[in-house]
Amino acid sequence: MYNGNKLSPFLKGVLIVGFLFLYIPIISLIAYSFNASKLVTVWGGFSVKWYGSLFQNDQIISAVKLSIEIALASASSAVVLGTIAGFVLARFKRYTGSTLFAGMMTAPMVMPEVITGLSMLLLFISLEQFIGVPSERGFFTIWVGHTTLCMAYVSVVVRSRLLEIDQNLEDAAMDLGARPLKIFFVITLPLVSQAIASGFLLSITLSLDDLVTTAFLSGPGSTTLPQVIFSKVRLGLNPEINALAAITVLVVGTVVLIANYLMLNAQRKREQAIAAAMREAAPVPVAG
Amino acid sequence: MVETVKQSAVSQSETPYLRISNVVKKFGDTAAVDGVDLEIRKNEIFALLGSSGCGKSTLLRMLAGMERPTSGKIILDGEDITGLAPYERPINMMFQSYALFPHMSVADNIAFGLKQDKLGKGEIDARVAEMLDLVQLRKYASRKPYQLSGGQQQRVALARSLAKRPKLLLLDEPLGALDKKLRQQTQLELVGTLEKVGVTCIMVTHDQEEAMTMATRIGIMSEGQLLQIGTPAEIYDYPNCRFTAEFIGETNVFSGPVVVDEPDRVEIESSDLGGRVWVDHGITGPKGMQVWASVRPEDVHVHVVPPAAGANTAKGVVHDIAYLGSFSIYHVKLGSGKVVKSMISANHWHENNVKAPTWGDPVYISWRPDMPVVLTR
Repeated sequence: MYNGNKLSPFLKGVLIVGFLFLYIPIISLIAYSFNASKLVTVWGGFSVKWYGSLFQNDQIISAVKLSIEIALASASSAVVLGTIAGFVLARFKRYTGSTLFAGMMTAPMVMPEVITGLSMLLLFISLEQFIGVPSERGFFTIWVGHTTLCMAYVSVVVRSRLLEIDQNLEDAAMDLGARPLKIFFVITLPLVSQAIASGFLLSITLSLDDLVTTAFLSGPGSTTLPQVIFSKVRLGLNPEINALAAITVLVVGTVVLIANYLMLNAQRKREQAIAAAMREAAPVPVAG
Repeated sequence: MVETVKQSAVSQSETPYLRISNVVKKFGDTAAVDGVDLEIRKNEIFALLGSSGCGKSTLLRMLAGMERPTSGKIILDGEDITGLAPYERPINMMFQSYALFPHMSVADNIAFGLKQDKLGKGEIDARVAEMLDLVQLRKYASRKPYQLSGGQQQRVALARSLAKRPKLLLLDEPLGALDKKLRQQTQLELVGTLEKVGVTCIMVTHDQEEAMTMATRIGIMSEGQLLQIGTPAEIYDYPNCRFTAEFIGETNVFSGPVVVDEPDRVEIESSDLGGRVWVDHGITGPKGMQVWASVRPEDVHVHVVPPAAGANTAKGVVHDIAYLGSFSIYHVKLGSGKVVKSMISANHWHENNVKAPTWGDPVYISWRPDMPVVLTR
């Protein structure tokens, strides 16, 4: 049973099993990236040669480059569109079709990606037939597809942050003489900047590892990292992939740790400031 | 209840500074504000007092421009402002939650409105410094709002709303976010600041003590309508309806038909009292009209021996005694079941050489015929 801070042996056991289940695959993946043997399942001694060959593999290097470019472009456009959508969802009074709009905004999150990808592919093909643009599938079509997916997430994050913020702040700014557009940039945007930043990071990770939508929207000259990994795995496992995955884990882990540290630090500083203000406020000065 | 007659800075001229004429605001079919007429003089501190949902906040938001009236006109200093946007009005508001911008320092919060007016940097700095001095927060200029206590935040909000020298200042429950002890002190501090600056001010509150302490005049609102307007003393002593009488302070109300109506007296046959209420002045109204007589607890006397028989008296038993230090509230239950409250000063029984009655003791209540206020609605 649960008592105080102590876990019973049973709960402890369940916890350990759970963590092992989650992390053994990743740990073994990283361990085998240092395997000297070409066979993934046989340990042949320690080696970093796969990391070296990874950096000489032009296909992988160019796929990484493309993936990062697409991730940055999609995250940027998703943040702009998603913020506007989130603002409309949170701040506009009810209008005809507002429920429909809210539903359609979040639809890409729950829609099977196969459907999204296929429908966009069909859309682009008919567009090409009628107006000639886009002339081929590649960077542009993947970018549009990822933006659609990511902006739904950004709008949800921004909307929930806006609902937390006291709407009187915007009223107060208007009362003090600021016009609506200025209020958006001077008051609203700074207050949701953290939500926008996390929406941006979320979009980057979503875009970086998206495979299904990308598969529908990519063309011959444009292969993203997940596509390369997937096709390599189909040809048989290769320690190079393990090395690639290990690097990915390292990069993502570092970013997450840094972001967490910064957020905790800011929170701690804030709490200290509030505590200091409360202590100071004890004797109240009298007006003269 | 504290009765204060204020030495106000109300100007002598009779032309109103702010005129609200027949303003109506409907949300769907319900009228939140239902035909309000109000005139405010320059440099007056006016309080809109009412319970929540009475429409006082909606009226305030219409003055600020956050809501558009369904019909009616608002004229400030000779200018019709009914259709102006909030950012075009020479009116500033202090919000109940203060609504300080959390990402700006105290000085930047105060400067925000001035920057919108495109004033020069030197002038903005000077005005911000003046405001910081006014609310005694100069030391805190570079702090962020969350680094301040509640009372300090309230003063920043006040400074920010005064910085633009508005023609009209709106205060929405100005001290509602403070705890009780701090509130009483801050009330007088706030009035002092407002009078020093000399600004016309409308405040909205549900706290009658706050309204009585701070305002030169009070408007009582209920269900979207202004029931009575007057100084705190006028409203307490001469309520014009039951709602006002019961909302401001405590009172005992006896209902019944008018049975005698002479120029110098009225008699009301009240079944609550089990006798007649006798008032020493006439009223205008037909005989038999249903009226209500309001008697304040401090005007009700309690006797252990029967007073001279007649009107304005009844027999009862002590139902409850609330001891409040310098005075006690006696709850006397009459034969009709009605409980009448009477405020008795602590040394009343001692001075009269009478043993204080206690729970269950038979007593008599009475009051002078000039004390009841006759209410017709």
